[in-house]
Amino acid sequence: MKTILFILQKEFTQIFRNKTMLPIIFVLPMVQLLILSFAATFEMKSIKIHIVDMDKTPQSREMISKFKGSKFFRIVNYSDAYKIAEKDLKTNKADVILQIPQHFEKMLIKEDKASVQLTINAINGSAAGLINAYTFSIIKDFNRNVLMDTYGQKLEMPIQTTSSYWYNPQLDYKIYMVPGILVLLVTIIGMFLSAMNVVREKEIGTIEQINVTPVHKYQFIAGKLIPFWVIAMFELAFGLLFAKLVFSIPIIGNLTTVFAVASVYILSVLGMGLFISTITNTQQQAMFIAWFFMMIFLLMSGLFTPVESMPDWAQKLNIINPIAYFIKVMRMVLLKGSGFGDVINPFISLVIYAVLSLTLAVRMYKKKS
Amino acid sequence: MNSTKENSISVSNLSKSYGNILALNKLSFEIAKGELFGFIGPDGAGKTTLFRILTTLLLADEGNATLCGLDVVKDFKKIRQIIGYMPGKFSLYQDLSVEENLSFFATIFGTTIQENYELIKDIYIQIEPFRKRPAGKLSGGMKQKLALCCAMIHKPEILVLDEPTTGVDAVSRKEFWEMLRKLKENGITIIVSTPYMDEASLCDRVALMQGGIIMSTNTPENIIKQFDTPLYAVKSHSMYQLMNDLKTWNQTESAHLFGQYLHLTIKDKDSNAIETYLKSKSHQDFEIQQITPNIEDAFMRLMANKSK
Repeated sequence: MKTILFILQKEFTQIFRNKTMLPIIFVLPMVQLLILSFAATFEMKSIKIHIVDMDKTPQSREMISKFKGSKFFRIVNYSDAYKIAEKDLKTNKADVILQIPQHFEKMLIKEDKASVQLTINAINGSAAGLINAYTFSIIKDFNRNVLMDTYGQKLEMPIQTTSSYWYNPQLDYKIYMVPGILVLLVTIIGMFLSAMNVVREKEIGTIEQINVTPVHKYQFIAGKLIPFWVIAMFELAFGLLFAKLVFSIPIIGNLTTVFAVASVYILSVLGMGLFISTITNTQQQAMFIAWFFMMIFLLMSGLFTPVESMPDWAQKLNIINPIAYFIKVMRMVLLKGSGFGDVINPFISLVIYAVLSLTLAVRMYKKKS
Repeated sequence: MNSTKENSISVSNLSKSYGNILALNKLSFEIAKGELFGFIGPDGAGKTTLFRILTTLLLADEGNATLCGLDVVKDFKKIRQIIGYMPGKFSLYQDLSVEENLSFFATIFGTTIQENYELIKDIYIQIEPFRKRPAGKLSGGMKQKLALCCAMIHKPEILVLDEPTTGVDAVSRKEFWEMLRKLKENGITIIVSTPYMDEASLCDRVALMQGGIIMSTNTPENIIKQFDTPLYAVKSHSMYQLMNDLKTWNQTESAHLFGQYLHLTIKDKDSNAIETYLKSKSHQDFEIQQITPNIEDAFMRLMANKSK
């Protein structure tokens, strides 16, 4: 037991002597939270629209004014030929083309129906979907006005839908992102720093000197894991405080639940980090492998895109994704106020994960070759 | 010295291969307690492999080895308590200071610097002025001294030093060997490997290793005595031409450059033949003298004989 304390003392001395360590602990979370949560947003403002008005009637102008009035659209150009508009789309000057055909007004009056054409740059599928939805809502609004003009009264639909958004009433993207970004931070500390630390001992050769001493395997490993566990827990607390103060992120649930789950989650990523360190010999190799796992886990975790929209196999694959569990728990507890009982399933999964990854890593770690 | 001639290290039929490469081929030797034993050999001779097996870091394919009667496989935990190992590559924490490194290695062996200070005193006082300096910022010689201190802080019975003087300047090398002689007086068994043959004469006994086998084990004096043919030192105005001429001479047995001289053995026992030959090759101002071989000559000869 005393030996572990000496090893811990040595590890902490080394960690804090490392000049990049303090910035990693304090600056990294602030920068990531600030940049990612402000920049990564699903909302689209000022969609660049090119309008081809071939009708040039009061009705077509009425429709154009609807777009002009919308805060989501910015009209970049008008023309009367589709060819010109297409050029704008190709050169990225416009995101979408709205074409109002000739006799638009005439058709509307004579036949009670008319059509317009939308051409959307759909390279980014989700952005295209949003543009479509925004355009649709404006045209719907226009339709309602037309009906009112024609029939002279306000039409009521038989079924009315009213919606309210729970847990994030303003649909604030930051509230959705920040808990996830905190998970990302804790993961970096747990997986990268621990893997790199052990491999560094291999790279420099100090592990050889340690291996000929009576230090037990468990003592050495505990000495490597405990400091990063402590740092990661601290990081989470620091990140939560920062998120609360700067972003006013709601913390509805109990923080004890968050930290209870976090303590197990960090163990599971530490286990992965240690496992990576046993199969690699240089910090570069460790870095690449840790990066590989983290990218896959992160992209599938629901941090950026909802897990529900992923194909079935991908959702099933998330069973082995610790990041997905923890992001889910973070969002549930912080935003919905879920109690420990509500997150017991992901918690148990994380416990299993931690036990498995640590056992595997400890078994793989050899003092002898 | 010790009255009882108990064996500190005993190795029999030790073999180890990496894939197709045989690194150690049925090695057997005995080292007495308190002996300063050197393994001399070129790179790739198998010295490091042998040391890694003895320090329980590597498992042998065949054969067995005991240190102070403890088996390297079965009793590896006990062995780790009684050996001090200095790997060939500097393996201390470069970001920890001299003092921190030393006290760290003392504590993980369950001891303190004070407890065994006497043992390392002579060496430690030389690096003590730099005790607050990170180990990575020390000079090569200082690093070796620190590594030796760390390997000895728990008062080991056997000290294993893998090429401790490689890459260290000549003065530091000399100092280092003086330290080893002093340590030996404390009854510590020391095994040391080196590619420098001149260091062999500083050991009690040496084993000459090449290609995974021990070619000869003896005291440095006896190894020199094994040199059973006259040795000549030859010098000429053009050493390059001399070397070429002697290498192509059918009477030449061996010719190696040693400083300003060429050390030569010939098949014919008559030294006049050399003079005649050199004259025929129009060498001027040449010098030929018979000399007593040093240990390096003896090794070169042993290696040449074995590879024939």
